[in-house]
Amino acid sequence: MTEGKIDLQKRGAIGEELIRVEHLKKHFGDLEVLKDVSQVIRRGQKVVLLGPSGSGKTTFLRCLNLLEQPTGGKIWFEGKEITAPDCDINRIRARMCMVFQQFNLFPHLSIRKNITLAPVKLKLKTKEEADADAERLLARVGLREKIDAYPRQLSGGQQQRIAIVRALAMNPDVMLFDEPTSALDPEMVGEVLSVMVELAREGMTMVVVTHEIGFAREVADHVVFMDDGYIVEEGTPEEVLLDPKKARTQDFLRKVLK
Amino acid sequence: MAEWFLQVQMKFILRITEWFQKMQAEFTLNFIAKDRWRLLLTGLGNTLLISLFAVLIGILIAVVVALVRSSWDTTNERLRPGFGKSVFSFFDRLCRLYITVIRGTPTVIQLMIMYYVIMTSTKNGVLVAIISFGINSGAYVAEIIRGGIMSIEKGQMEAGRSLGLNYTKTMWYIIAPQVLKAILPALANEFIVLLKETSISGYVAVMDLTYAGNRIRGATYSAFMPLIAVAIIYLVVVVGLTKLVGILERRLRQSDGR
Repeated sequence: MTEGKIDLQKRGAIGEELIRVEHLKKHFGDLEVLKDVSQVIRRGQKVVLLGPSGSGKTTFLRCLNLLEQPTGGKIWFEGKEITAPDCDINRIRARMCMVFQQFNLFPHLSIRKNITLAPVKLKLKTKEEADADAERLLARVGLREKIDAYPRQLSGGQQQRIAIVRALAMNPDVMLFDEPTSALDPEMVGEVLSVMVELAREGMTMVVVTHEIGFAREVADHVVFMDDGYIVEEGTPEEVLLDPKKARTQDFLRKVLK
Repeated sequence: MAEWFLQVQMKFILRITEWFQKMQAEFTLNFIAKDRWRLLLTGLGNTLLISLFAVLIGILIAVVVALVRSSWDTTNERLRPGFGKSVFSFFDRLCRLYITVIRGTPTVIQLMIMYYVIMTSTKNGVLVAIISFGINSGAYVAEIIRGGIMSIEKGQMEAGRSLGLNYTKTMWYIIAPQVLKAILPALANEFIVLLKETSISGYVAVMDLTYAGNRIRGATYSAFMPLIAVAIIYLVVVVGLTKLVGILERRLRQSDGR
C-alpha cells in the first residue's frame, strides 16, 4: 500500500518552517513585477497562489528556486539564506523541484532517461535504483508502459504527469507548480490535477500557481491572492475564496468563477 | 544508299576508336607515366589531413566562441555590473571581433598572412594550412552552433537547472544533444565547403589535391585528364562524407516519434 509513496521519514517535522521570503522584489528593466512580497511556507503546507496575469505570482514562484534572481529581499530554505552569494543553489534546487506550464520534458531522451538523468548524474541514486524508482512512480500515474517512449509521442496530459514524476524522482522537500494545467486541453486537466491531489494527500509540500479555483478549494491550506506585485489577501481557502475582504479579490473571483 | 550508310558507320566507329586511343594515351601520360598518380595520392592525403585537423580545431574554437556569445546574449541583462561582467563583456567583444575579421576577409588572404607574416619561422605548409583553415572554419561553425543553442527553448535549460543540474551538466546532457541534431545539416555543409576550400593550399606551397593536379598539368601540358580526375576525387570524398552524415542524422532522429 505504501508502494510508490513518498518517503517523508527522513524529512523534518510537519509544520516546521521550510521557506521564508522577506521583502522580495524583482524588476525586469523598468518593469517592477514584485514590489514587496513576504511569505512563510511550512513543511506539509499546500500554498496556492492566485491572481490575474501580470500579478507577479509566477515570478514569485520562479524566485523561490532562483530561476529568477531577485533584485531585492531575501529567501531562506531550511534556515539557510539561498539569496546569499556563497549559497550552492544547485543543491537547494535538487530539493525543490519544479513543474512547468510547458512541461519542458527533454525531447531527445526517452521517458526513462528523462526521469533518471538528474538523480543519476547528481549521484543521488545508482542507475538501478533510479530505474526501479522511475518504473514505480510511472506505474503510480498510470504510465508504466510509456517508459521507453519519447515525449513527442505522448499527449500533453501524459507529458505533464511525467514531468511531475521527473520532479518526484528527486525526492524533493517541496514541489513548485507553475500553472501546470494551463497549457493542457480541457479534457486532460483532470488527470494532472488528480495526480497533484494525491500528492497533496500524502503530505508533499506544494506551492502552486494556478487558475483552478476548484483545486485551490479542495487542496490548499493557504491561499495567497496577488495583484500588481503585492500580496493583496491571504488565508485559508474559506477566508479568501468564499469570503474575500478586499475589493480586488472579490472582483477577480467574480470574473474567474463566472 | 546502303553503301553510303555503311561508310558513315565505318567513319563513326573509326572516330570513336581514335578518341579512345587518344584518351588512353592521355591517361597513361598523365597518371601512369613517371608514376604521376602518386602525386594525386599525396595530394589527396594532404587535403584530407588538412581538412580533418582544421575541422577539429574549428569545432574546438567554435564551441568556446559560441558558448561565450550565447551565454552573454542570454544573461547580460540579468548580470549585476561589476568586475565579472566587465571581463565577460570583454570576451564577448573579442569573439565578435574574431568572427567579423575572419568572415570579412578572403580565406586565401588569411592563409597567406599566416604563412608569410605570422608563422614565418616554419616551412611546414601543411601545419600552417591546418591552423589557418581551423581558425577560419571556427568563425563560421561558431555562428552555426550559436544559432543552434539559441534555437533550443529556454525551458530546456530551466528544466535542467531546476532539477539541480549545474550549467555545464545541463549544457552537456540536455542542450548539446539537441543542438547537435538541429545543426547537423548546416555543419555538414560547412565541412564540405571547408574540404573544397583547402584547394587554395597551393598558395603556400602545400601539395594538396588541386596542386597535385596542377603539377601534372604543368608537366604534361594536358588539361582534361588532370582536372577531371581532381574533380572526380573531390566529388567522391564529398559524396562519402554526405552519406556518413546521413547515417548520423538518422540515428539522432530516433526520438522524433512516428
